Amino acid sequence: MSNIEKSYIDIYRDCSSAIKKDCPDVLNACRDEAMCVFERMGLPSCGLENYRHTDLSKRFETDFGLDINRLGVKANPYTSFRCDVPGINSHLFFVVNDIFCEETDEAKAEIEALRESGVIVGSLLKCAAEYPEIVGKYYGKAADVESDSTVAFNTAFAKDGLFLYVPENVAVEKPIQLVNVMSASLDLMANSRNLIILEKGASAKLLVCGHTNSKVKFLANRVTEVFVDEGAVYEHYKLENTNDSMTNIGSLFIEQQAASNVLVNDITLHNGLTRNNVRINLNGEHAETVLCGMAIGDKKEHIDNFTYINHAKSNCNSRELYKYVLNDEATGVFAGRILVDKDSQKTVALQNNKNICGSATAKMYTKPQLEIYADDVKCSHGATVGQIDETALFYLRARGISEKEAKMLLMLAFTDDVIENIRLEALKTKIRHLVESRFRGESSKCNGCDICK
Amino acid sequence: MLEIKNLHANINGKEILKGINLTVRPGEVHAIMGPNGSGKSTLSSVLAGHPSFTVTEGEVNFYGKNLLELSPEDRSREGVFLSFQYPVEIPGVSMVNFMRTAVNEHRKYKGLEPMSASDFLKLMREKKEVVELDNKLANRSVNEGFSGGEKKRNEIFQMAMLEPRLSILDETDSGLDIDALRIVANGVNRLKNADNASIVITHYQRLLDYIVPDFVHVLYKGRIVKSAGKELALELEEKGYDWIKKELGE
Repeated sequence: MSNIEKSYIDIYRDCSSAIKKDCPDVLNACRDEAMCVFERMGLPSCGLENYRHTDLSKRFETDFGLDINRLGVKANPYTSFRCDVPGINSHLFFVVNDIFCEETDEAKAEIEALRESGVIVGSLLKCAAEYPEIVGKYYGKAADVESDSTVAFNTAFAKDGLFLYVPENVAVEKPIQLVNVMSASLDLMANSRNLIILEKGASAKLLVCGHTNSKVKFLANRVTEVFVDEGAVYEHYKLENTNDSMTNIGSLFIEQQAASNVLVNDITLHNGLTRNNVRINLNGEHAETVLCGMAIGDKKEHIDNFTYINHAKSNCNSRELYKYVLNDEATGVFAGRILVDKDSQKTVALQNNKNICGSATAKMYTKPQLEIYADDVKCSHGATVGQIDETALFYLRARGISEKEAKMLLMLAFTDDVIENIRLEALKTKIRHLVESRFRGESSKCNGCDICK
Repeated sequence: MLEIKNLHANINGKEILKGINLTVRPGEVHAIMGPNGSGKSTLSSVLAGHPSFTVTEGEVNFYGKNLLELSPEDRSREGVFLSFQYPVEIPGVSMVNFMRTAVNEHRKYKGLEPMSASDFLKLMREKKEVVELDNKLANRSVNEGFSGGEKKRNEIFQMAMLEPRLSILDETDSGLDIDALRIVANGVNRLKNADNASIVITHYQRLLDYIVPDFVHVLYKGRIVKSAGKELALELEEKGYDWIKKELGE
């Protein structure tokens, strides 16, 4: 056990009562056990197969502060933070560091508006107190602490985040937008937790944006659990647009029941070190999943997407597509594990990971990993690492388009099929625009965002 | 406008062009014919600035500028246009975006403001008619899923959009049926005027029935071995290239 790990374990022991104070039992129930798991596993380092190319333990060496007493940030994000990223009509919520902002008029109005159709949305901490039977039924049931020690760490420390409950057959028309902002003057770590429940036949769309407003070192370790019941439709969009000094660990667990439909689109535009864990269990027949993502990396950015789709029942359909464009000394890592159980006949599982290394020093590690125990299935996987197509580049230049502009057009074209998977037209247009600015090097600020300016 | 002197070029160390001399003046149409592997496509690639080829000797002068020193994009902006033998499919880049970027880069080079969206679309509509290019094609990705004939028409459409001073048509007739050939050739003829010129590279005389050349050159083993008027093409059609080879004493 390293000193770093020991110091976090000590912090937990010393502050355990402060963490549990004013926090409902349903959230406290699994803390101690999660800490034990963390103690046993330690921080993930390159020695682990699933972390071979990403040494997360190094990132914990910074002496991060933890806001255990929930002092928070005074500013109202609705007025101080103008994020134009979506520019789409959404129900907007903020989590600043690890506190859900509920006390503003804007948030209250959104919560009220949704309440009319029976939708419960708000702070996980508050909702756990108000609806212990709902939260208790789901909390911690998808996020397996044994799957990753960062998840155990989060389960021990996390208190707040977004809670969303959509009752049977209710469709939330407008997307719900969650902006995670890191804001502090000293190095800070945040552990937030989101819980999303869609009952039978419900539908909802969530857009999660990650931002930061200062140049100190941040580490965000966020866990999201999603339960999608029979016939429900859920869309999860995540857009990360922060800066080089940020470490983002995002773990997304999705439990899908029969005939449910889930789309995950995870876009990393800009971040220091990113590790995304996506674990999807298909627990009922005829469930469908589209899992896609892209990463654009330059300088020394490091993006690691670990994905796992478990076909536990027959007749399910999953399609996975990840694309990376890496320049300078950026590193990309992709692992795509697909497990098809021996009884999961008629499974369709298609996986694709395509990557462009635009410089000789950019690195890409990709690992498709299909484990198929059933015999009547259609599964495929493909992984490529290449450079920009020289013949296409020459064709564009021969028409008078400069080399730089031509490369940009080709990189945009390369990532376009990931964007095409966005089902919200307005968001598609915005993302396309953002990706273009990213390739043009105007990335670090999103237009109209006060804080990034 | 164009003066090629003693041009030598290599690919992967293998010499393909072994001393080409050619002068093109405004208003002229030059046909370059020759057997397979004689260096016809290499000549067009070298003139357009393809990075795979290395020029080892000679010079190319275009309106007083040393063409060989310019990047491919600057050659295009100076008014050199290559119609590709095999136009490249570029999924994800729309024709509209592609052409708008190209037209505006040309304008920027000339010190002009970018074209407004409505003017640009008007220009597209106008130029599409030159080669009867289907509206649907213009809304698709560059050449993606286009038939052989559609790709060639698309090349001439791009030529119409960019209004080059010198166009090099590299085997524009290959893969075309009679109707498409007529449409493409008509397009080229409509774009012809007293100030621009074309180099037409072809295997067959057939295209030259439609695009009538002022000069016909025979390229063989990296050199122009014979030049004459349009009647040379007919003679070649009749006798084949063996006759030239014999003349050269082979």
